[in-house]
Amino acid sequence: MYNAKYIAPGILIFLALFTLPFWYNFGAPKYERPALALPVTKTDCIEPRDVMAATHMQLLDTWRDMALRQGKRVYVSSGDKEWTISLQNTCMTCHVNKAEFCDKCHNSNSVSPYCWDCHVEPRGNK
Amino acid sequence: MSKLPDAKMLARSIQYAFPSAPWMKTKPVFNPGSFCYPAKEETMAGLGMPNPHTWNPAEEDWKLPPDWEDIIYTALKDRLEKYRSLKVFMDICVRCGTCADKCHFFLGTGDPKNMPVLRAELIRSVYRRDFTTAGRLLGKIAGGRKLDAAIIKEWFYYFYQCTECRRCSLFCPYGIDTAEITMIARELLHELGLGIHWIMDPVSNCNRTGNHLGIQPHAFKEIVEFLCEDIETVTGIKIKPPFNEKGHEILFITPSGDVFAEPGIYTFMGYLMLFHEIGLDYTLSTYASEGGNFGSFTSAAMMKKLNAKMYAEAERLGVKWILGGECGHMWRVVHQYMDTMNGPTPTCMATPKSPITGTMFHNAASTKMVHITEFTADLIKHNKITLDPSRNDHLTVTFHDSCNPARGMGLLEEPRAVIKAACNNFVEMPENTIREQTFCCGGGSGLNTEEIMELRMRGGLPRGNALRYVQERRGVNTMACICAIDRATLPPLANYWAPGVTVTGTHELVANALVMRGESKRTMNLRQEDLPGVEEDE
Amino acid sequence: MFVSLLAVIGLGGIGWLIAPYAPYLFGVILPLAAILVFLSGVVWRIKNWGNSPVPFRIPTTGGQQRSLDWIKPARLDSPFSRAATAWRMLLEVLLFRSLFRNTKAEFKDGSRLVYWSSKWLWLFALVFHYCFLTIAVRHLRFFTEPVPFGVGLLETLDGLMQIGVPRFYMTDALIVAALLFLLCRRLFDQKIRYISLPGDYFPLFLLLLLVGSGICMRYLGKADIASVKAFTMGLATFAPISPAGLPSIFFIHLLSVTTLLMYFPFSKLMHMGGVFLSPTRNQPNNSRAVRHENPWNPPKKYHTYAEYEDDFRDLMDEAGLPLEITPEQAAAAAAKE
Repeated sequence: MYNAKYIAPGILIFLALFTLPFWYNFGAPKYERPALALPVTKTDCIEPRDVMAATHMQLLDTWRDMALRQGKRVYVSSGDKEWTISLQNTCMTCHVNKAEFCDKCHNSNSVSPYCWDCHVEPRGNK
Repeated sequence: MSKLPDAKMLARSIQYAFPSAPWMKTKPVFNPGSFCYPAKEETMAGLGMPNPHTWNPAEEDWKLPPDWEDIIYTALKDRLEKYRSLKVFMDICVRCGTCADKCHFFLGTGDPKNMPVLRAELIRSVYRRDFTTAGRLLGKIAGGRKLDAAIIKEWFYYFYQCTECRRCSLFCPYGIDTAEITMIARELLHELGLGIHWIMDPVSNCNRTGNHLGIQPHAFKEIVEFLCEDIETVTGIKIKPPFNEKGHEILFITPSGDVFAEPGIYTFMGYLMLFHEIGLDYTLSTYASEGGNFGSFTSAAMMKKLNAKMYAEAERLGVKWILGGECGHMWRVVHQYMDTMNGPTPTCMATPKSPITGTMFHNAASTKMVHITEFTADLIKHNKITLDPSRNDHLTVTFHDSCNPARGMGLLEEPRAVIKAACNNFVEMPENTIREQTFCCGGGSGLNTEEIMELRMRGGLPRGNALRYVQERRGVNTMACICAIDRATLPPLANYWAPGVTVTGTHELVANALVMRGESKRTMNLRQEDLPGVEEDE
Repeated sequence: MFVSLLAVIGLGGIGWLIAPYAPYLFGVILPLAAILVFLSGVVWRIKNWGNSPVPFRIPTTGGQQRSLDWIKPARLDSPFSRAATAWRMLLEVLLFRSLFRNTKAEFKDGSRLVYWSSKWLWLFALVFHYCFLTIAVRHLRFFTEPVPFGVGLLETLDGLMQIGVPRFYMTDALIVAALLFLLCRRLFDQKIRYISLPGDYFPLFLLLLLVGSGICMRYLGKADIASVKAFTMGLATFAPISPAGLPSIFFIHLLSVTTLLMYFPFSKLMHMGGVFLSPTRNQPNNSRAVRHENPWNPPKKYHTYAEYEDDFRDLMDEAGLPLEITPEQAAAAAAKE
C-alpha cells in the first residue's frame, strides 16, 4: 500500500469510530432491562401493560390537553373503564416512587420528560 | 470559416434537451466536422506507437487489431494499478450533476455526453462491469455495460471533445478530474493505434526536430533572425540572440508556435526585446525549441519522452536554470509532471535567482524552471524596466486565463501584474469566466485543428460570450493571453463571437510599452501598425 | 429508478411480513454480519485504493499559487504546505467547499450565457449529511449504558423546540426534506435524471425507508424502547437476545439499516472514504518546489542531442550554430570505421 503513513491511521480512526459502542461497553456488566418497582396493590393499569410501556407518554400528553385545555376530567379506556384524568390522583396513587419507577427506564434510555417541571414528583414514602 | 453558421443563430440553436433513449443506447454519428482526422500510419509507426494502421473514423470498420478487447482490458487494468486517481474517480462519483453545466463543450453543443459526468461514465460503465464485484454480479443494474467496438468509437468521439481544462474538477465535491480520465482514455485508444493527426504529427516533429512545427535548426535560427530585423524596424535596436551556446546562466524555452505563427511571433519579439534591455545572460536552443508538449495529449510516456529534452539540454549547455515562455499545457507539464518524470535536475542547475533583481524563486527550487510572467512581474515590482503604458492607450485589454496555468498551477496574479503595468486600460471579464473558473478557448489539448472548426466555436462559446459582454459594455478591443495555443485558437474565436477584438500575447504588450535604451521613437507597434496620435519625427 | 423503488419496497415487505417470524435471523445474524461486511468492506476498498500509487502531484488549484513574496497566495485553494492542504481537505469534507462554488449556466435573451450562483444542492447535501450524523449519534443511546452526556445533550438540542410528546426532533424533518430534495432533483431535473443509474436511486429510497420507519416508530407506530434497548444492547455487548415481540415497524427499520451497511462498501456511498483519497484535493500545490516521486517512473527514453546533431550537422554548421562534433570530425570518425 502506498501512503500508508496517512491511510493506515485513517482506517484505524474509521474503525475506532464505527466500533465505538462495542468498546464503550467492553467489560461492562451485562445490560439488564431496568427492573421497575411495580405497584404491589394492583396488577392492571389504565391500558394493557405493553400499550402503556410503548405509549404512556402520548396518553399523558392527551390527558394534559383534555384536563387543562378542554376541561374534561374523565377518560374512557379501551377496556371501557372510566378513569379520572389526574397525574397526581390517578397515576401516582399506584406509581408512588419516581426514582424507582419512571427514572429507571428514562435514564437508561436517555429520556428526559418535563412532567416534573410543574408536577410534584412522588418520592415513595419518604 | 465560410461554412460556419451565424454566431447568434448557433447560440440560439443550442438546446439542453435530453433524448428519451437512455445514454447507453445512443451512439455518436461521425459526420465530417465532428471528429479530428486520424494520425497517419507512418507517423504512428515512426514513434513506435502500438498497432499503427490506416483507418477512417467515418467508416464502419476501424480496422482494430484482432485482440483489441484484451488490449483494452489489460491496458485499463494496468492504468488502474498505476493511477490511484483513476481508481478513485471510477468509484466515487455520485452523479450529483454539478459538473454538467461547467463544461464548455456541453454548454456549446448541448450533447448530453459532453457533460463531464457522462464522459467519465463512458469508461466507468465498462470498468463497473468488469472490474467491480457489484458490476460482475448485477451487470446493467449496477450500471455496467459490455465493451464493444461501438464503445471504442464513442470514446474516440467524446475524449477528443474534452480539452482537459479541469473546470469540472474545480466544482466536483470529490475533485474528480475529467482531464485525468481523458488522458488515460486517450492512452487506451492509442494502444489500439487510434490517434489524431493534429496531435501525433507535432509529437513526431517535436521528437525529431525539437519542435512541433518541424522547423529544422538552421531554419529556426533564420526565422528568429528575421524577427530581429522586424524589431530593428520598429525600435532601431539590433538584437542578436544566442543559439545553443554553452556557458550562459539561463536557457529560455517557449512554444515553437511563438516563433512561427502570428500573433505569437510578436510575443516572441517581446521576449527578445525584454532580454536585450535587461542584459539577460541566456541562450535559446534549437534542440529544445519546444516548450509545449503534445505528448501530454498522447500518453504519460510520450509526455516524458518529449519533456526529457529540456533537462538534457540544460545539462549539456550547463545552464543554472530554465526560463519558460507563455504557454498553457506546457506549464501544466512543467509545474506538475516535469520534475517527477525527468528529475532530479542536472547537477549544474541551482534554485532560480533573477540576475537582475536578486529574487530567489523558491517556489521553483526543485524543478528550477520559472514562468516568464513570474520573472517579468518581479522585474516590474523592482522597477528594473521602464514601461510607458500610454503607448497601449488605444487598447482596452482584458485577460484570458489559460486553463492549465489557472487550475493546474495557480498562476493568476503574475500575468495581471504584468498587463496592468504595460497598459492603462484593463478590464476583467465576468467573474465566473476568469481566474480559476476560466473557460477554455475551445481548442486545447490538441483540438486546435481546422476540420472541427464549428465544434471549436461551440466549445469557445462561453469564452466568446464573456468576451463579447466586455466588448459591448466596456469597449474591450484586445484580449491578452499567456498561451501559444490560445494565440492560435482565440483569433478565430474572437472573430466569430466578438468580431473586432484582437488577441495578443502578454509580452507583446510589455514590449510595446518597454522603453529601451537607445531606441528610436516608437511610431508603430510590433505588428508595424501606426500608433495613434504619434507623429513621426522629421 | 423503478428497479430501485421495487427493491426497496421489497425490502420493506420482507421487514414487515417475514422478518417478525424469523427474529433471530433478521435481528441478530444479519445485523452482526452486516457490521462485519461494512467494516471489512470499507477497509478493503480503501486499502485497494491505497494499493495504487499517486504517480503525479496534480492538485486542482482554485486560487493564486505561492510565488513572489508580494503576491498573496490563496492558502486554502492553492495550498503550499501540508498543513494548508489539511485545512483544504478538512473544509472540503466538513463544509463541502467545492460544491459551494456551484453555478447554474443559462441562456439569457437567447444567446447570452449567464451563470447564477446555485447553492441549493450544497445546502441540502450539507443538511442531509449533518442530520444523518446527528441521528446516528443520537442512536448511541441504544448502544451505550450509561448513555454518555454528549448524546443526551445532542438530543436536548435536537428537540429544543419541545413540540409534542415524544419530543419532536428537528433532524427528523430536515433529513426527510433533504432526501426528498435530492430525490426530486434526480426525478425532475432533466440533466440529473438522464445521468442517474439504479445505483443512484436505490440509496435514496433505502434511506427514505430507513428514516421513514424510524420516524414512524418514534411518533406513530410506537415500539417500547425499553425492549428495544434490551435488544440493541445485546448486539453491542455480543450477548444477543432475540428481538421477538417487537413490532413489524422495528423489523423494517432494522432491515433497512442492515441493508445499508451491507450495500455501502460496494456502492457510490464509498465517497465517504474516497473523498479523502482524491489526488486533486489532498495534495499541496508545491510540485515545483518539492519533488514528487513516482514509484513506477519508467527509465528516460528520448531523442538525444547527439542523435539530433547527427541528423542536422551539416545544416547546423552552415547556419553557424555551435556543434559538439564538427562535420570534419564526424567525417574523420566515419572514415576510421
